[in-house]
Amino acid sequence: MPAIRVRVVVSAVAAVAITAGALVHARVFDRSNTAQGLAAWDQVYSVLISPRCINCHTATNYPQQGDDRHRHVANVVRGGPEGKGVPGLNCSSCHQETNADSTGVPGGHNWHLAPLEMRWQDTNDRPLSSAAVCRQMTDRARNHNLDGPGLLKHHKEEALVKWAWNPGRKPDGTMRTLPPLTHEQFVAATRRWIEAGTPCPRGK
Amino acid sequence: MATFKLNVNGQLKEVDVDPSTPLLWVLREELKMTGTKFGCGISACGACTVHLAGVATFSCIIPISLIGDRPIVTIEGIGQEAVGRAVQDAWVETDVVQCGYCQSGQIMAAVALLKHTKQPTDKNIDESMGGNICRCATYPRIREAIKNAAAELRKGDA
Repeated sequence: MPAIRVRVVVSAVAAVAITAGALVHARVFDRSNTAQGLAAWDQVYSVLISPRCINCHTATNYPQQGDDRHRHVANVVRGGPEGKGVPGLNCSSCHQETNADSTGVPGGHNWHLAPLEMRWQDTNDRPLSSAAVCRQMTDRARNHNLDGPGLLKHHKEEALVKWAWNPGRKPDGTMRTLPPLTHEQFVAATRRWIEAGTPCPRGK
Repeated sequence: MATFKLNVNGQLKEVDVDPSTPLLWVLREELKMTGTKFGCGISACGACTVHLAGVATFSCIIPISLIGDRPIVTIEGIGQEAVGRAVQDAWVETDVVQCGYCQSGQIMAAVALLKHTKQPTDKNIDESMGGNICRCATYPRIREAIKNAAAELRKGDA
């Protein structure tokens, strides 16, 4: 075999080997990245299903209250698509721009139920699975058309999201419980999940 | 204690109270406007309903410090408005009241409903009035009176 031909064959073999190695590395890296993303999602999910969040992400015609997630008192209903109750019985009939600690009524800007497409419960008030909530959150037809940066901004800045970490006092004077992570941890987990490509767990 | 300036039924009022005091107590104890009733004190019965910037609001759980410059309308002032007058007239015509304790709150909620819904269905009425409890169970007459008031108001629109 002429020397030049040997060199070409060797080069080709080397190139294939390098490319194959890179692909294997990329696949391993991807798998590792996805695993980290899924771990971050688990943290995000643990917050989303805490009562401070999920109580207003119902699949029913009413919000919930309390750590036992009971049906909202006063026969409050969802109302129209804005989820702000009905004339005569609006969310703002009680919920003001800030918490009312002296009377135990929580409040925040634009208090309302999440729309039905953003429900995180079934109609029996049971939290949806991690996979199902993840699919909702990443489906731009069901998440107000938010991309990754949009989701991160929502978790970081939206007033009602942040309210979960400043939920005020209950009528009995004790503080409402908080989600399992701090807001900073929640935002950091959201960022890691988004940077990993918003992977979702498999399953229903 | 702090001084708060309130617009109640179109009149400016000034009160000197603890900022945590609920609006209901300010109305009844400070301003001596006792038409608005204390029922439960936890926003579970609706007897204390007033309008705050046009929104039916449970005054027993809104601290005075959160009112700001939003106008307040109570049962004493609601008759100055066309819808309020129509509802009060329908209440009398239909003889809604039994003991009457909850009725000022019922009327305030009904006015809020009719300001947004000209021809309310039974479902509309049940949902909008769902926060207003009547232990005399005058609900059928409340529903009838709301429909009568709506009909009168539609005549006025024609």
